[in-house]
Amino acid sequence: MSVITATAENFEQEVLRSDVPVLVDFWASWCGPCRMLSPVVEEIAAQADGFKVAKVNVDEESDLAEQYGILSIPCLIVFKDGKEARRSVGVIPADAVLSLVKNA
Amino acid sequence: MKDILIIGAGPAGLTAAIYALRSGKSVLLLEAKQYGGQIVNTPDIENYPGLAHVSGYEFAENLYQQAKSFGAELVFETAAAIEDRGDHKVVRTTLDHTYEGRAVILATGAKNRPMGLEREEELIGRGISYCATCDGMFFRKKDVAVFGGGNTALEDALFLSNYCNKVYLIHRRDQFRGSDADLKKLTGRENVEFVLNCNVTKLLGEPRLSAIEVTDKLTGEIRTIEVAGLFVAIGQIPDNAAFSNVAALDEKGYIASGEDCLTKTPGIFYAVVCRT
Ligand SMILES: Cc1cc2nc3c(=O)[nH]c(=O)nc-3n(C[C@H](O)[C@H](O)[C@H](O)COP(=O)(O)OP(=O)(O)OC[C@H]3O[C@@H](n4cnc5c(N)ncnc54)[C@H](O)[C@@H]3O)c2cc1C
Repeated sequence: MSVITATAENFEQEVLRSDVPVLVDFWASWCGPCRMLSPVVEEIAAQADGFKVAKVNVDEESDLAEQYGILSIPCLIVFKDGKEARRSVGVIPADAVLSLVKNA
Repeated sequence: MKDILIIGAGPAGLTAAIYALRSGKSVLLLEAKQYGGQIVNTPDIENYPGLAHVSGYEFAENLYQQAKSFGAELVFETAAAIEDRGDHKVVRTTLDHTYEGRAVILATGAKNRPMGLEREEELIGRGISYCATCDGMFFRKKDVAVFGGGNTALEDALFLSNYCNKVYLIHRRDQFRGSDADLKKLTGRENVEFVLNCNVTKLLGEPRLSAIEVTDKLTGEIRTIEVAGLFVAIGQIPDNAAFSNVAALDEKGYIASGEDCLTKTPGIFYAVVCRT
């Protein structure tokens, strides 16, 4: 599956109302560690089974970033049943990202 | 079995990989977090000869691609132990995988030094940050503090003073190690307050950081400062305890090694960008 670009318009539909957990990557183009994490997240999206993956560009979607209290990026949040279930800040390897989703 | 296992894919590990591969050795890199190591956090490298400006991310990506083009392999795993079996070494990772190599290069660098305060870990991403250029924008028009007295702290404070309402620069001494030029610029900024001879001693706020307590080292006086963010820049610490059986450590925890990069174990070497 490809990565969904989440925005203020589609966040409710794609993330909060999703039947399966959604891993959301809050990132920005000027953040070096975010760009390191992006390929990891994309690879996980390509093999995602039983969950979805979305990205929020905090520059373009500053309201979403504020709403979810993002104060450091990269920030991964797993949403389950419309609620935040897990959160992790900073670059983490693929297996740690996967266990974040699995343990949500 | 690889010819060389390299632990750590920061600038030192990747550079070692390029040279090893070019001399015909097979190489596997083990990296705990991100290739590029600490350099990824800097927005602009200005001191690399021949490259006037390059972002840390671009530099790391180029270095990695260069190593890859010569045949470097990389796995994202943390090395947890090394066993010396004479003509080869066995590296065990936290995932309990083992990798074998005829030689091992330790290129583990350093990581951000934590303050050692209660709730510090839990507040990372909730007001505590180690990267001003990554996270500064989330604190636009807010009050923040920078803790530290070296170049990173001064640069962070300067950067943040462009966006934030107020920046407290908290330093445990009254002299700065960082550059005089930056210090001069900071002194001229109206929204920067120097809080000297003080340590951050307590973190307040639930679920996010809302204030810090600082203690004056000379008078013992405690002051509470309301801030939405605390940028920690009190230096780096190495993390080499897992390898002390094969390589002696110095008093700071770095691997004790000279210009020859040797450790006490034949076949295990130390590579580092910057000796302290
Ligand atoms: C904010 C900032 C700005 C900087 N700006 C500049 C600059 O402009 N110019 C300049 O010259 N220098 C700069 N530096 C310094 C530069 O980043 C370091 O000198 C350089 O990164 C050190 O390289 P290294 O490979 O020795 O170690 P590191 O960069 O620390 O890399 C070590 C790597 O090893 C990994 N590792 C550690 N332990 C293990 C383990 N057990 N298993 C697997 N992997 C492990 C780590 O995850 C890390 O990726 C800056 C540093 C910072 C923090």
